[in-house]
Amino acid sequence: MNSALFTRSQANTVRLVWMAVAAILALMTVVPLLYMISIGFKTPTDVFQPNLIPKTPTWNNYVYVLTAVPFVRYLINTFVVSVAVTVLALWFHTMAGYALARLRFPGREAIFILIFSTFLVSLPVIIVPLFILVRAMGMLNSYAGLIVPAIFNAFGIFLLRQYYLSLPRELEEAAVIDGAGYWRIYWSVILPLSRPIIAALAILFFLANWNSFLWPLTVAADDKLWVVQVGIANFKSQYSASWNYIMAASTIVAAPMLILFVIFQKQIMESIKTSGLK
Amino acid sequence: MTADTNTSMASTQTPAKERPRPAGMTSRQREALAGYLFLAPDFLGLLIFVGLPMLLALAIGFFDVNGFGTFNFVGFANYQRMAGDPLFWQCMRVTLSYVVMLVPGLYLSGLGLALLVQRTNRFNTVMRALFFTPQMVSVVVIAVIWQFFSGDKIGLAARLFTSLGMPGVSILGNPSLALFTVVFVSVWFLMGFYMLIFLGGLQDIPQQYYEAARIDGATPRQSFWHITLPLLRPTSFFVLLVSLVAAVAGSQAFDLVYVMTKGGPANSTQMMIIYIYQQAFQYSAFGYAAAMASILVVVLLALTGVLFLLTRGGRFDFE
Repeated sequence: MNSALFTRSQANTVRLVWMAVAAILALMTVVPLLYMISIGFKTPTDVFQPNLIPKTPTWNNYVYVLTAVPFVRYLINTFVVSVAVTVLALWFHTMAGYALARLRFPGREAIFILIFSTFLVSLPVIIVPLFILVRAMGMLNSYAGLIVPAIFNAFGIFLLRQYYLSLPRELEEAAVIDGAGYWRIYWSVILPLSRPIIAALAILFFLANWNSFLWPLTVAADDKLWVVQVGIANFKSQYSASWNYIMAASTIVAAPMLILFVIFQKQIMESIKTSGLK
Repeated sequence: MTADTNTSMASTQTPAKERPRPAGMTSRQREALAGYLFLAPDFLGLLIFVGLPMLLALAIGFFDVNGFGTFNFVGFANYQRMAGDPLFWQCMRVTLSYVVMLVPGLYLSGLGLALLVQRTNRFNTVMRALFFTPQMVSVVVIAVIWQFFSGDKIGLAARLFTSLGMPGVSILGNPSLALFTVVFVSVWFLMGFYMLIFLGGLQDIPQQYYEAARIDGATPRQSFWHITLPLLRPTSFFVLLVSLVAAVAGSQAFDLVYVMTKGGPANSTQMMIIYIYQQAFQYSAFGYAAAMASILVVVLLALTGVLFLLTRGGRFDFE
């Protein structure tokens, strides 16, 4: 069928049908999340009613979750860990990316391939030896144990290296002629030039750590060190049918990331889009 | 993976300028030293927290490790135990079923959504953002939300069935439906991510090809089969590889099953990664867990190998 055989109105109908399909699918993706928020504001008797707008909206669930459970503590823990991992990871990865893209030294390619091959190692595969290792280092039940192993990932190094390869060399050469050392070049030329990619990676790293569950679950048995995701999972098994509390807690955990998404939607999606194989 | 070509070009450029040389080093040595120092934190970190555990996983499989960290060499005992452990084989079946359903599911849904919202306009920009929204929420919360809908006895569906006069009918409590539910939720949660990867790939296809095809009288369907799909092959390879690893041993699969079903009902969603975790951290059978993890690595390598063979490493130079 040649598209020219369609009349204009037929083509418009086809387009409208596809738009409707997209809209329905998009609704299916978002409605479960809207119910999460909605149920967080519902009274226990209203929970299983299909109405999305609560009949008698209430803050009580939030008050209960934030006062009866040490949820504020979990939130602070998660924030501290996520910020620490993000800052340290960006520092280390920008240095590594700069070295791999710009400095010449023996074994550079081999090291790059070695680093890149860890890309396919996932946490559930190494969770047992990693736990034994971290225990032997005395880092169980500590912030160090939560933070340090989460810093290192090949994905960030790879993206930064690609970014630095695309930067024009002339920008650093002026600094080299001025007799600047490598640290000066990194600190006052490379880092300022990396602002856009650092911003994008900062959001992605923060998001990944805010949402991470398996490692915090494994390394911190002490509930003073729990992060929100572990808190939610535990809360769920304690209050199995109190959906109004559980959804209020879930909303508290999800809200910061959803707000970040509304603000930085374009940057977040753009950085994921370019992370594919190019 | 295709990045190496750039490096070799970069490394042949611009010899370093002559600079004052402290401590009698040549500028070349100084540059190398700087390179190693800049790389050191990440390299050592990856070595200690990824490389070493990977090697240890293979070694620990030959030991019996108790909760206090005492190691006793037991040879192949852990592997022999696996052969006679029906639950291990059940986990293998579940893991492979999950792979077989999830990988094509993600490929088709990701590509389908990407084609659906490919054209950049205001409507599609909103649609893309909505499809991607679940990615912002943690898998733990996603699991909790879907438990609300499909959970046994406590879920919305169970209530609905009861009110329709069918008490005891359940989705997540039904061994023959639970894994499908887990696959459905996985696709629902991940498809927005793969849509974006495909959109990135579609963006790279030069528009002139489509224009030329249209002038030659090609239908949209023909352009899809003869332009879009062949030129998307590197993206397709990336998507298949990443979704394969995610399905066999991904953290997100672990989080989802651990919170939603804990492997139940009747072990119908018991994946290898869940079983490994339970053996290690509930029964302190670290040696057995590590042995199973090394088998999982072998399975992962084998599946990746099959993928490479089928797609010729994503390069498709026979074209």
